[in-house]
Amino acid sequence: MSGEPYLLPNGRVLRYSFHERLVHWLAGISYLYLLLTGLAFWSPWLFWIAVVLGGATISRELHPWFGLIFVVGVSLMYRMWHRQMKETPADKAWWASIGHYIRNEDDQIPSADRFNPGQKLLFWGFFWNGMLLLLSGLILWLPQYIPWNLRFLRLAAVFVHPVCALATIALFIIHVYMGTAMERGAFGSVIRGDVSRAWADKHHHTWYEQLLRNSAARK
Amino acid sequence: MSQAATELIRISGHAGVVPGKGLNREFQVCKLVDTTTCIGCKACEVACLEWNGYTFSETVFDNSYQTMPETAWNYWNLIKFNEHERADGSMMLLMRKDQCMHCADPGCLAACPADAAIVQYANGIVDFQEANCIGCGYCMTGCPFNIPKFDPPSRKVFKCTLCNDRVSVGLEPACIKTCPTGCLHFGTKSEMKELAEARAAQLRDHSGFQDAGVYDPPGVGGTHVIYVLHDAKNPELYGGLPKDPHVPLSVRLWKGPLKWIGNFGIIFGVVGVFIHYLRFGPKVVKEDEQESHGGSE
Repeated sequence: MSGEPYLLPNGRVLRYSFHERLVHWLAGISYLYLLLTGLAFWSPWLFWIAVVLGGATISRELHPWFGLIFVVGVSLMYRMWHRQMKETPADKAWWASIGHYIRNEDDQIPSADRFNPGQKLLFWGFFWNGMLLLLSGLILWLPQYIPWNLRFLRLAAVFVHPVCALATIALFIIHVYMGTAMERGAFGSVIRGDVSRAWADKHHHTWYEQLLRNSAARK
Repeated sequence: MSQAATELIRISGHAGVVPGKGLNREFQVCKLVDTTTCIGCKACEVACLEWNGYTFSETVFDNSYQTMPETAWNYWNLIKFNEHERADGSMMLLMRKDQCMHCADPGCLAACPADAAIVQYANGIVDFQEANCIGCGYCMTGCPFNIPKFDPPSRKVFKCTLCNDRVSVGLEPACIKTCPTGCLHFGTKSEMKELAEARAAQLRDHSGFQDAGVYDPPGVGGTHVIYVLHDAKNPELYGGLPKDPHVPLSVRLWKGPLKWIGNFGIIFGVVGVFIHYLRFGPKVVKEDEQESHGGSE
């Protein structure tokens, strides 16, 4: 569960433990449901999604519950990862070379630790937006219990909730694209848990070096 | 009614055009509530329950004649009582029949995400279609008058229909029918506006109410329930009638600019990553390629 990577007997590197993968998909699958039903409520042109998922009444009923599951997932992620997600002075240089990263000029990018600064942005973006979605979502869940003189809470919630949801959608699009199409091997790492040595060396060089030092020390 | 669809001018959560918009010639209907001749008998409250088939629910006593603090999901018509002390020390018992105002620009409908859960008819009636309601309660947030009310067991929201079922067959609403003093009137919007203005002028000229006037708030495009008030400058005195009601700014921003920015952003994002892939392709790890071509290490 800790960020301690290690070499597997088959010569590959364990990137995400079973626990980490489980928590990732707890949040991931609940987010998918939230995204689909949320989009149905977002636009009349997407209302059919709720119909496909069993009707908008059921979607409205289950959306908050899936929200709670998602928040549990995000909280567990916070517990697992928040130390490794801390911003470091080296991150600045990485962001400065983001153009190279986008253009796949990978030899010109500063080496990354277990999580690169882009992944850190994704993590904190989902964490803070998730917290705001939780707060505004609780108000939207049970609006009948918010009295008329606290109406500003409801008015704030109907605006904050979609704004934060859109922010997560922006992160989500990039996350899914990079995790499946762009970074070959990344999707496998969150399914089976392991990556090749070359992959670890290329994408998370600092982390991989640490891993080699640790395994040498163990011997 | 076979013509029902052509009598709609607005549909909540609806993709595309409204089927009958602009096709139908209809009078704009209007309720006129003259608070200056209301005696607080609550016959309209009873008539509303009778016509709509609701049972009498528990009342809440709060040292006034008022039946309960605010309208309920099954109590759509409530006289609000206020003992008001005037500047000269005299007392006035202000009574106002509270119900859905049937705004020309309804905030409930603007906020509703469910297809056709709220419709606006060409005659001005804003009606909830509970069969389509998904129970999200956004209408309660969109309404500036605190009218839509949630019923937890059925998970639906209810409010005054302006007796759409009666009006559509040429009858007046039940509350109007039963009013014993004639403080409630029903007719076309222009007729009611005229009558209300005449009554307000009478109050100003002959009864010493210099601030008497008509409440037809322009912030929500005017309403299909209008009031004559002794003191139109302070509508809040009449059980919290808002002075200048609007569809809330956050609802406007959410359903307006945010929708456009969000839709553009989502499409831009999806198309953007696709184009990125076409232009730059994946990040391939070289040794992996060799591995896969050369078998296991």
